[in-house]
This record gives sequence, C-alpha cells and structure tokens, in this order.
Amino acid sequence: MIAILDYKAGNQTSVRRALEHLGIPCCITADPDTALSAAGIIFPGVGAAGQAMAQLAASGLDNVLRRAVREARPVLGICLGCQIMLEHSEENDTPTLGLVSGVCRKFDPAWTDEDGRPIRIPHMGWNTLSIRTPSPLLEGLPENAFFYFVHSYYIETAQENVIATTRYGTEFCSVYGRNGLWAVQFHPEKSGRPGLRILANFARFCGVEPGSPEVSSC
Amino acid sequence: MLSKRIIPCLDVRDGKLTKGIKFQGNLDIGDPVETARRYYEEGADEIVFYDITASAEGRGIFLDVVERVAAEIFIPFSVGGGIASVSDMRAALLAGAEKVSVNSAAVKNPSLLSEGADAFGAQAIVLGMDVRKTAVTADTPSGYEVVIHGGRKPTGLDARAWAIRAEELGAGEICLNSIDADGTCDGYELTLTRMISDAVRIPVIASGGAGEPRHLVDAVTKGGASAALVASIVHYGRYSIAELKQVMSEAGVPARTCW
Repeated sequence: MIAILDYKAGNQTSVRRALEHLGIPCCITADPDTALSAAGIIFPGVGAAGQAMAQLAASGLDNVLRRAVREARPVLGICLGCQIMLEHSEENDTPTLGLVSGVCRKFDPAWTDEDGRPIRIPHMGWNTLSIRTPSPLLEGLPENAFFYFVHSYYIETAQENVIATTRYGTEFCSVYGRNGLWAVQFHPEKSGRPGLRILANFARFCGVEPGSPEVSSC
Repeated sequence: MLSKRIIPCLDVRDGKLTKGIKFQGNLDIGDPVETARRYYEEGADEIVFYDITASAEGRGIFLDVVERVAAEIFIPFSVGGGIASVSDMRAALLAGAEKVSVNSAAVKNPSLLSEGADAFGAQAIVLGMDVRKTAVTADTPSGYEVVIHGGRKPTGLDARAWAIRAEELGAGEICLNSIDADGTCDGYELTLTRMISDAVRIPVIASGGAGEPRHLVDAVTKGGASAALVASIVHYGRYSIAELKQVMSEAGVPARTCW
C-alpha cells in the first residue's frame, strides 16, 4: 500500500487515479498512523508554499514526513511537495520542511528562451530531462521522454542530490534525492507513459508490485 | 527545451461528441472518453473539452464524462463551457480536470478570474477569448474586439486590453479564438495571435483556422503562441497528431515527439 498524503493541496486524486490505473494499491490519507504504516509515501501538491506549510502543520503531517525520512521510509515528493521538502521557499518567504538541503527560487522574468525572448512564467508544458546521476526512479525511460511541468519557482540543491536537470531560462534541478527519498518537479501522474513508469518504479522500490499488465509498456 | 503543445478540442453535448470523430482507418467515434483516449495514445499534449449543453441535467452528465476521462488519460486536460462560478470550477477540478476555461462569464464578472486563481492557483484558470476584427476606435485601439455567447454578442471590449487585464486578475493562460478564422481552415489569425502573445507573459493558445500542418508552425513561430488548438484538422482523419508533430519538428519547432 502506498499512502498519498492529503493536506488539501490539490492533485492527490490525480495521483490516486494514476496508481489505480497501474494496479498499485494506494490510499489518500491525512492519518499519521496510516501514512507511517504504508510501504511508501507520495507527497503531492499544487498551490502556494505558505498555505501548504500551514496546512501541513495544522494536520501534523509535517512531523509524519520528518519521521518517515528519519526512519528511511520511501518518500516521493511531487511538484509543490518536491519544493517544500527543501529548507526555504522564496514563495511567501516561507521556511519549509528541511528534509533535504536546498532552496526554492522564483524564475527570473528577465531570463530568455532559445529564441532570445523573455520566458513566460509559469513554466508550463512538456519538457525533457538531462540525467546527471542514474537512479532506480528513472529506470526504463526512453532517452527523449517528456514530462509535464507547471511551476513558477525552481529548485536549488547541492550537486550531490541532483538526479536530473531541465532547461527553462536556466538549467534547474528537476529530480533530486537518493535511496528512496526522492522528488520530482514535474507531474508524473500527468506525463503519459514515462510519468506512469516513474510511479511504477517508486512502487517497486517500496516493494509494491504494480498489478496492471500495462506497466510493461510504460 | 519546452515543447510547443498541440491540443485537440472536443465539443460535448449531453455527454456525447457533437460530431463523430474519424480516426485514420475511418473509424467514426462519438464517445468523448474513447476519443480522448485515442488522442492520448496518438500523442496529444493536452485536451480541451467544451460542454455545449445548456441544462443542469446535461451538466451532471458532462461531469461524469470528465471523471471517466480522468481515469483513462494521464495528460492534462481542461474543461470549458458553462463555468460561471467558483463552485462550477471546483466541481470540474474535483472531477479530474487540471484547468477550467472561462469565457463569457469572465467578461460579465472579471473577478471570477481572481477568485478562481486565489482558490485553485493561476495555473488552473484559463481565459477563453473569442475575438473578431473591428474598426480601430478609442474603445478598441487594437482593432480587435471581444465577443461572447459563441461570437454572437459584441462586448465593446478591446481584445488586447482584456488580455492584459485578465493576466493581472490571475488568469494563468489564454485560449485565443479568432471568430474570423474559425472554420475557414485558412490558418490561424497570426496578427492577432502575435499581438496578444506579445502583450502578456502567460502562455497563449492559438485557436481557430487550422487546416494544414504548416498553420500550426506559423501559429507558434510567427504568432508567438505556446500551443495550438486543433479541431477539424484532426477530427476528420486528414492528419494525425503524430503527422502534425513531425511537420513541426522538421520546421525546427520543439515538439513532444516521444510519448
């Protein structure tokens, strides 16, 4: 069973639908015991850092995440979850969970794209990864896979944490972590087969074997 | 590199597509869920559903379609048509849509855009704009006017000014439909597309007029759009999404060619 943390921050239902499609047992939960007895935790999120941190604190799920990391349980952060696992976000100048060293900064509107035009913010749409460190999370992906991004802030973390980077105005970290504590800036639940493959990879790492035959084609 | 998106648009009435969709091989499909799944398999980057049902009963059927689509396709999709309040937005997002598109309702009540952005984030709020060419006057200095109710009712609003205002209010994206180009298959309205793309910093989706693959290339290169909406060019089996992407790639436009 994979626990999807429910802290009223958006996309948990989409994540559940994707896991169900893959035949991965899962539940959406705000209950600390349920989350801590699961084989792994998915920490999703859409919205603003300040509000998300307030909701995590109110529900006690911030401590659930800290304990899960302390006990080396598998955790996958997605989008806003990926951002607030770091120490600080420029969004509402928010101190965040500090599960991994690093900060979240706003895209600079003065940066330009390949055509020399100022980038549009948010970074919204399909983009690719440059893989820096091989990881079981990204196993089996086609070389030229695209992922769906929607974000106005980007991650900066130590080089040794970086698994993959993506180019948009700057080269930013789009996948980080190690040993089952991972985070992705894009939405794997909305990134077609390559995204589903990442969710299946995470479940396998947690010891949960996807039940759907479709997994082999993702 | 961020790719340019191709977005098929499906009109739904009482839970069914208003026109059958012919895929290559001439299979005619009227079921929106099955059609969405086919476009997903064919490499659509996103899908737009417009509910053209008027009744409350039809609305419920539409939300049921949205839920079934969300269980089958794992790319973003947006819904529009009949969204007039934050609770309409919430219902569509809870049913599984990533984004909601508001059009006439935002003209009548612009604060709907900011209320929606505050509640769900700007990335979830798309402003749909139907625009037609008009005389350059003090009220419409851009020479383009916003029209509502499917293009039947002029508003006197300047298209460029409305786009800028919508961005300030919190719209995260603009779907820009040219009433003049719509249905012509002669290509997107490039002057309008370029004008609006240059006026705002949020992504603009060009809509109306696609008949040939090169029209999509023009929309993103000459028009500056981030995405192109397509309807009849793909619905009647003339081109597949993969063929459109190949033409874009050959023209040097970044496209998602692996899915």
